[in-house]
Amino acid sequence: MLINQFLILGAVLFCIGVYGVIVRKNAVLVLMSIELILNSVNINLLAFDRLWGGQVDGNVFALYIIAVAAAEVGVGLAMVLLIFRNRKTIALDDLSEMKG
Amino acid sequence: MLASDIQVAQNIGFGIIATIMVLGAVNVVRSSNVVHAALSLIAVMAGAAAQYLLLAAEFVAVTQVLVYIGAVMVLFLFGVMLTRAKLGKDVDLNNKGGALIGVPVALLLLGVMSYVLIKGFEDTKLDPNLPQTSTAALSDTIFSVYALPFWALSFVLLAAVIGAIVLARKD
Repeated sequence: MLINQFLILGAVLFCIGVYGVIVRKNAVLVLMSIELILNSVNINLLAFDRLWGGQVDGNVFALYIIAVAAAEVGVGLAMVLLIFRNRKTIALDDLSEMKG
Repeated sequence: MLASDIQVAQNIGFGIIATIMVLGAVNVVRSSNVVHAALSLIAVMAGAAAQYLLLAAEFVAVTQVLVYIGAVMVLFLFGVMLTRAKLGKDVDLNNKGGALIGVPVALLLLGVMSYVLIKGFEDTKLDPNLPQTSTAALSDTIFSVYALPFWALSFVLLAAVIGAIVLARKD
């Protein structure tokens, strides 16, 4: 197998995730798109780990990314719930207090 | 070239899984139903786990299934439920004119990345004779070379758990 087929699969998923972050307005869906991006990075890390075989550093990084992603989703969804409780909406363009 | 050099079975498997993943990912960002988007995300995560198996990273694949499909997706579905998203078609999920910016940005990014990857790696092959990544070596590395990041990561998780409780509880 070529390494490029994994790397380009990762690139395609990354771009779809970026598209989702730009296009979506619902905060939960934006978090899902971020998960897509994190997964594509994991595929790349494991492909490189396989390319320069004999070491397991890529696997370690992938595991750490999975852990950080789990923490990020937990805090992110808690924030979304808090926003929903206070504002009765999770549309991201309604949250414009930080705009100068 | 020998048939075993091309790895026909692996490549067919890769093609099928990659197609499922890309279609699922497109459905995640295009679907007008929040629950359908979440279920498509499960397909993408499961496909990613299968790709990890193709890359001989079995422990990461199992962790992916446990953490993402088991825990994160349940969290997402709870998020959908608690924010009272419309169960069914919802027209108000996207930014107005978002596709106008999103499509060019995504295509440009994809073009640049594919160009660099194809130019950089051309037809570099993965060595099919490498041994599987052994979970024993993986754990040795985590608890020796990467012990400090592991330690930091446990604090990140602890902070995230406490932060999520503090944020989400009613008082």
